[in-house]
Amino acid sequence: MMRPGSTHPARAGAGAETATIDTQTPKGAFPAPSSLKVAAGTERAQAAYPYYMQFTAADDARFWFYNSMHFPEPMSAFDMVTAEAAYCALGSSVTRVHCLPTTLGIDYRIINGRVYIGGNAVTDPAEIARRTVEFQQRAFYYYENWERLYTQWREKMLVLIRDAQALPAPVLPEFEPLANVHAGRGIAANHTLLETYQKSLEGYFRMWHHHFEFLLLGYGAYMAFFAFCKKAFPEITDQTVARMVAGIDAEIFRPDEELRRLARRAVELRVDAEFQEGRTPGAIMASLATRGEPGQVWLEELATSRDPWFNINVGDGFYHYHRSWNDDLTMPFSGLPGYIAQIKAGASLKRPIEALQAQRRQLIQDYRELLGSDAERAAYDQMITLAHRVFPYVEGHKFYCEHWYTNLFFNKVREFGQLLAANGFFADTEDVFQLTHYEVESAIIDLMTSWSNGSPPRGPAHWPQIVRERRAAIAEWAKHTTPPALGPVPDVIDDPAIVMLWGITRESLDAWLHAGSEEASNELRGFAASSGVVEGPACVVKSVEEIARVRQGDILVCQITNPTWAPIFQKIAGAVSDIGGSMSHAAIVAREFGLPAVVGTGTATSRIRNGQRIRVDGGRGVVTILS
Amino acid sequence: MDSGGHIAWFEAIGLADREQVGGKGGSLGELKRAGIAVPAGFVLRTAAFERFLESLEQQAPVRAAVAALDGDDLEAITACSAALRQRIESAPLTADVLGELSAAHATLLGAGVPQPVAVRSSATTEDSADASFAGLQDTYLWVTDAAQMLARVRSCWASLYSVPSISYRLRHGLPEERVAMAVVVQIMVDAGVAGVMFTRSPTTGDRSVVTIEAAWGLGSAVVGGEVTPDHWVLGKITGEISVREVSAKLIQHVPLAGGGIEAVAVAEERRRAACLDDAQLQELRTLARRVERHYGSAQDIEWALDRHSGAILLLQSRPETVWSSRDAAPIAEPQQDPRMHLMSVFGTRR
Repeated sequence: MMRPGSTHPARAGAGAETATIDTQTPKGAFPAPSSLKVAAGTERAQAAYPYYMQFTAADDARFWFYNSMHFPEPMSAFDMVTAEAAYCALGSSVTRVHCLPTTLGIDYRIINGRVYIGGNAVTDPAEIARRTVEFQQRAFYYYENWERLYTQWREKMLVLIRDAQALPAPVLPEFEPLANVHAGRGIAANHTLLETYQKSLEGYFRMWHHHFEFLLLGYGAYMAFFAFCKKAFPEITDQTVARMVAGIDAEIFRPDEELRRLARRAVELRVDAEFQEGRTPGAIMASLATRGEPGQVWLEELATSRDPWFNINVGDGFYHYHRSWNDDLTMPFSGLPGYIAQIKAGASLKRPIEALQAQRRQLIQDYRELLGSDAERAAYDQMITLAHRVFPYVEGHKFYCEHWYTNLFFNKVREFGQLLAANGFFADTEDVFQLTHYEVESAIIDLMTSWSNGSPPRGPAHWPQIVRERRAAIAEWAKHTTPPALGPVPDVIDDPAIVMLWGITRESLDAWLHAGSEEASNELRGFAASSGVVEGPACVVKSVEEIARVRQGDILVCQITNPTWAPIFQKIAGAVSDIGGSMSHAAIVAREFGLPAVVGTGTATSRIRNGQRIRVDGGRGVVTILS
Repeated sequence: MDSGGHIAWFEAIGLADREQVGGKGGSLGELKRAGIAVPAGFVLRTAAFERFLESLEQQAPVRAAVAALDGDDLEAITACSAALRQRIESAPLTADVLGELSAAHATLLGAGVPQPVAVRSSATTEDSADASFAGLQDTYLWVTDAAQMLARVRSCWASLYSVPSISYRLRHGLPEERVAMAVVVQIMVDAGVAGVMFTRSPTTGDRSVVTIEAAWGLGSAVVGGEVTPDHWVLGKITGEISVREVSAKLIQHVPLAGGGIEAVAVAEERRRAACLDDAQLQELRTLARRVERHYGSAQDIEWALDRHSGAILLLQSRPETVWSSRDAAPIAEPQQDPRMHLMSVFGTRR
């Protein structure tokens, strides 16, 4: 998710045969937002998004870019809550809490299900100076007290998670339970629905504030070191700097480590024969339950691993359908046969933590020696020390925020979906995600009213048609590509938040402007994530359900590389993704497995066909389609 | 150190001996001492040149003739150069030098099949002034017998009195009495592939990369710019290959049977083939790091890959001068409060 200062020629990704790009656009500018048309027949679905997310004529004067990194697919009405909550919290941190001197928060708009965002630079020198004073009292305090505040952060997150877990399942009994009446509770079950829903929503917005509490400061320290390295060593690769900073024992490695542990336990308990390729997790678990004590012990071990380490989403956690390992055991179980085979072949599967740490130290030391003077070495030491101090947050927060908490939240909304579906509002539980969070609340109030007055709810006559319309709109939007950016090209991109979080630079904009010619060639470019060159058949995996198709020696081609996919890295010969930076965990995992990988190509899953032979040059960031 | 005082074997010399063995000879000795594979050889020390010049001076002035020239009078320089070169190339070697040189040559070749040698100028001024001066002296490749070798030694000496060399000295006011030349005689590598490498990026000055350029055949085609070499950039520490440019290598230098070299066309199917594989590139990178560490400064290195044994041999290493002379202010200074480094990210508009 991090791509500090890197150009990203490929995120233009989108630019292809779309009808939405205005070909009359003058050189040096992207299409104006107002020239972007809502796809025919989807106008009502577009109107469903809140008014403050809709483009207006005034937006034509500003520069916007498509946030394909976080929102690569059209967003359903409900999922926009992630954009709302995240930008609200990011902006608060930047604008009001830490007071970054040169930038305010991020604006966002949605069209055709695509989220466009724009920065908000501070340019007045006097204002920058005023904000600098504030920044140094706030952000510097965080840096100074990092360990204490970060420990406190973890505690806060665990409380937040426990609170979310404690929220009751939404149910409407026929009569209020007698116990409640005798206790004089005075509040009926329908009110609890509203309370639970609002608390869930409130918790989600709150979680995002914690998400951004340290994030930009953490990235900033990394960026300072990164910029220094690029100046001292103009040709150093992004991945080398990433290797110097990346943690070895970050939380994000833990789910995969648990899986390796479970594979070891299966062998020790002699139940490993149960884990056959192609067998469903349900079948394996049912069979283990009949295997007496060893089977029981393994299932208990599984339960320990699942809470909390399987609360990890197969995607980035920004879509309701990025389910967790816990929700769908297919992903973790698909890794077990391979790990078991390796253990039986004598591999320990334990990550060589100390060796990896020693390698990192050596790398830092070797580059240090190449510096031109002792002054430079002293500055280098200060910057790498700071980066090491703060970077664990950047790596660790995702497990708590984007994975664990987000998963709890979407599952709670899913419970409401189930209740509403049971009451005839929807044909399917998942339909709830086609409503905005305001609309979900209105449906809940409709149901509360109906429960209270004994009349049938109005929702069953209202929502199914709307849900159908919106599902059709998402399907339609997914067929079209969208311009990578809109509006006038800024002279420079110097908003540290945008450079840090999205890696967008003036060079990447130029590449977007000249995209299109790329489509004709058989080459895709992305971030050089892990060196090495490999050729092989592409296995294009668009969803977790398709994981089982990955065969030994395939080159994995997927939309998002994510550490939860680590179990299949043991099978593959290389990896290519649409999204991700050189500091993404998948890039780190690929480097650790020694697999060539190119991430952030923008278009790999749409341009590469399953089974095509491809060449991955992970050192140059180039993927070539050979057949 | 040597038999009669005029010969110095590589093993016995280093950079500190530059006054007697010249820049090239000192560098080869230094590499050998550092345990780096260089083709076997020896240096005919500057004392031999002095002896030779002494006998020439007895017949007619040499140094005084040059010193008396006007640096702008090209006609006079040309005439003087022609006369001096003719004298140097035709005069016999002094008996002691002739004996030592022939014996050393025989020792170098040993008892086996006759091997060609390279005879290379090794001027004492080489790395005192700018590197361009080094290019003014001659090198003779694929010298196949003793008689040729003896003639080429005198040719090297004579190259000190080429028009460009004389002009250079006059322009830069280098005193004639300090001009001396040693000559390197070393086994010639029959190179299948050869080239140069730099331990700093020639384009960006980056100290963390090794740039390698190579082409088929003898390295003279690369050094002389007669072929567009293949080009790679490797992370010095990581070994990552960040640039791979395979060029159309149209010609290559090959030895002539009777001595010397010639340019021939590269076979069609080899022109666009990379002339080094990844393992060889990594071997070169390792060598580059060793040489650089040994000298403690960025180096410009010539190397050749023996086409029979596959071994990589170093032919020369000299300090990189372009970027090293440019290093000025540090990229960043340590801060009293390390947090101030963050202001470069957060606090300024670029």
